[in-house]
Amino acid sequence: MSKNVKTGLIWAFVGIMLAVMYIPILILIIYSFTGAKAMGVWSGFSFELYADLFTNESIMGAFKNSLVLALVSSLLATVFGTTAAVGIFYMRKWKKTTANFIANITMENAEIVTGVTFMMFFLALHLQYGWVTLIIAHTMITTPYVILSVTPKLSQLNPNLYEAGLDLGASPIKSMFTVIVPQLIPGMLSGFVMAFALSLDDFIVSKFVNGSVETIPVYLYNALAKRGADPTLRALSSMLFVAVLAVLIALNVVSAKRRKTVVK
Amino acid sequence: MSNEKTVVAAPEPQTNNGTTPTPAPKGLRKMRGIKRSAFAFPYLALSIVFVIVPLFIMLYYAFTDGATGGITGANFVHFFSRPNIMAVMGKSFLVALLTTVFCLILAYPLALALSSPTLNKKFIIVMLFTLPMWINSLLRTYAVKIVLYMMNVTNAWVAVTVGMVYDFFPFMLLPVYSVVSGMDKSLIEASQDLGASPLKTLIRVRIPLSLPGIISGVLMVFMPTVSTFAISDVLGDTSTYMFGNIINQWFANSGGWNIGSAYSFILLILIAATVLLANKLTKGKTEVGGVL
Repeated sequence: MSKNVKTGLIWAFVGIMLAVMYIPILILIIYSFTGAKAMGVWSGFSFELYADLFTNESIMGAFKNSLVLALVSSLLATVFGTTAAVGIFYMRKWKKTTANFIANITMENAEIVTGVTFMMFFLALHLQYGWVTLIIAHTMITTPYVILSVTPKLSQLNPNLYEAGLDLGASPIKSMFTVIVPQLIPGMLSGFVMAFALSLDDFIVSKFVNGSVETIPVYLYNALAKRGADPTLRALSSMLFVAVLAVLIALNVVSAKRRKTVVK
Repeated sequence: MSNEKTVVAAPEPQTNNGTTPTPAPKGLRKMRGIKRSAFAFPYLALSIVFVIVPLFIMLYYAFTDGATGGITGANFVHFFSRPNIMAVMGKSFLVALLTTVFCLILAYPLALALSSPTLNKKFIIVMLFTLPMWINSLLRTYAVKIVLYMMNVTNAWVAVTVGMVYDFFPFMLLPVYSVVSGMDKSLIEASQDLGASPLKTLIRVRIPLSLPGIISGVLMVFMPTVSTFAISDVLGDTSTYMFGNIINQWFANSGGWNIGSAYSFILLILIAATVLLANKLTKGKTEVGGVL
């Protein structure tokens, strides 16, 4: 087999796989520009579904809820995750193993199990399902990912700097915030972005503790599984697809550029 | 805090992590008050309250009778004595197995193709394959639903399996690709120089070397498939219930929490077993690569 034929075959295979991954998304986007009630029916080009989307109060409310929840819980997760990463990094032996085990529980566990344990626990506490329970649950499930992204930065840290801070008279807290934290900022930022994305994406855990607060994924789940697909969902899904892809491509391009400049 | 006391009372200056080269005088150590490891306490305390205690509450529910409150093993007996529950379990494992196998059959050759030196613009292409991971799985499932509807696929099992493969494929591709692309090329050249055919190189060299990636890919696809409920809710019907759907159903009304907890506990044990097994197989080298 000549080299060219081989390259052609590889490209063809990669192309087909890419097409299979993206065609469903493209079809959804195309059909979001027609007002037809039924799926897969084209009744002429219109922005009808988008107009419906922006006037739909429950969707707009869910959108706001999702953003507020993601922001609050990922900020909390960044605080707890960063301090936890520092603490666990300096632990030794069984303490470190135990702490890592605890941090791994929610990551390894099935989300549905995490969700139902939260639900039963909050009931036992007589805590009403709603904002508080959502924030607690989201903070707990996203913090481990902040720990994961901060820990590598800690291993690149000069261990004498914290000591130097103490020797120069800073309290441990001050030394932590003025010496260690600034060097961890890149890891904290990527942890924050990850926690934010995971919180925006979650519906399994949210579904068990949300009470009457509807987030976008919970709305989607209810709409798809219970209410029967409402055509407005096509517009909503298309907007979300495009938003997520745009943000991710931008982030990837920026980080690729930064990587290149570092190499230079 | 107890740890604070141990520092003060410690006969020797604490050695933080072995990387601190010069031990400071004892007096100074004491004045410093808290160890750096203490920074983990807030999160660990929260975890004990909000993660570990709830697990014990689940355990309590699983071993008690909802009506009388007495200790019982009946909730577990319920699970193992119902032929229809066993059938659902069998089916969910079959779907999960099929999904994992399909994902692997598609992901491995793709990983090989993507790591081929003849492919340029690799960064962008790999990124395109992993981007859908960040899109909510409900949205991707909805897209699949529309395509299946347009293709007149009416069999619920086919729909659910296709949806699962579509949703979980990137989670297989990523760990497999990261191992395949990071493989020492000289080993493959050595195999070819020693006269092995490309097929033999694949079977004897490439696949054994990519096992850690394959195992973590299988893990990232298999257990989530068993425990998911959304994909079968959206694409299937009651005949395609997965283990996750059953748990979800039991928790939908408050009378079912005890049996639901027993089922969740069984799922938890299964997950713990697969994680332990994977750690053993890969000797802790499991790769769960980040995308960004």
